[in-house]
Amino acid sequence: MTIYNLYMFDKTGSLVYYGEWVRKKPATMSKEEEGKLVYGMIFSLRSFLLKISPTDIQDNSFCYRTSKYKLNYYESPTGLKLVMNTDLNSSPKDLLKSIYAQIYVEYVAKNPLSLPGEYINSELFAQKLNQLVSMSPIYSQRNL
Amino acid sequence: MSRQTSRIADPKKVNSELFNLTYGSLVSQLVKDYENPEDVNKNLDRMGYNIGIRIIEDFLARTNFPRCGDMRDAADKIQQAFKMYLGLNPSIGNWSGASDEFSLTFETTPFAEFVELPDSCSNLKYANILPGVIRGACEMVQIEVQSWIQQDTLKGDNVTEIRVRFIKKLEDAMPAGED
Repeated sequence: MTIYNLYMFDKTGSLVYYGEWVRKKPATMSKEEEGKLVYGMIFSLRSFLLKISPTDIQDNSFCYRTSKYKLNYYESPTGLKLVMNTDLNSSPKDLLKSIYAQIYVEYVAKNPLSLPGEYINSELFAQKLNQLVSMSPIYSQRNL
Repeated sequence: MSRQTSRIADPKKVNSELFNLTYGSLVSQLVKDYENPEDVNKNLDRMGYNIGIRIIEDFLARTNFPRCGDMRDAADKIQQAFKMYLGLNPSIGNWSGASDEFSLTFETTPFAEFVELPDSCSNLKYANILPGVIRGACEMVQIEVQSWIQQDTLKGDNVTEIRVRFIKKLEDAMPAGED
């Protein structure tokens, strides 16, 4: 059970944070471009799901699985979007919720120096995020 | 033992008198700086807006509520938030015909425990930070509202009433350059 990486977007679509733990293939584009790509994909996927779903979507999260990885998505009611790529066996929905509630709210929303839409440069945020992720049962110490 | 538990549950509780006095000194400093009560009102509203956009995240983190379906739901949540953050218990009432406008009624103006308004500040809306907080918080969950203080016990009315009116639902913004 492994966590590969995490993207966080605010409600306007700007990449607010990117964290990675395991990445075997090197990135072929810059972080901003990759962020735009991921955001465009989840935005389209989300509006597609809203239109095509047979029942009302109660939950603000979804996931998709390929043969190699699973992409998990969670959106807070304020529009903060968390995208986490994990291996196929993980179910990080609770982890995503606690990242929002315990890390983002505490270290970003309550930080008077962090402006909305700005990339999170806070080291404390990164440190607490790493702590929370490494304590989660999904995480495993797999190195490249 | 019980005090220990409550401290762990909410280690950031502040004495309400300290809070009221701090708010009072903030308002009096604003009055000295701006001299015009209308400017003070505008600034309190702006400060409330900035607080609102952040406090909504904390509120959602603590309560896990989804987005509200309608204004009655929203009014209920706002009432819960007042209870959670300030320990105040406003009552909800005075719904308009279309259920898009309501009042939060407090027995006395919040934060105004030790306050008297002088004559030079008769236009001053002392608790004007609260309508700003409501406006900011609602905007972050895609509801645009207008909110203002309708009645104020500091000015001699019987109750303090904050009125909230639904303007429109904001749509999620499309990212720039989307095909």
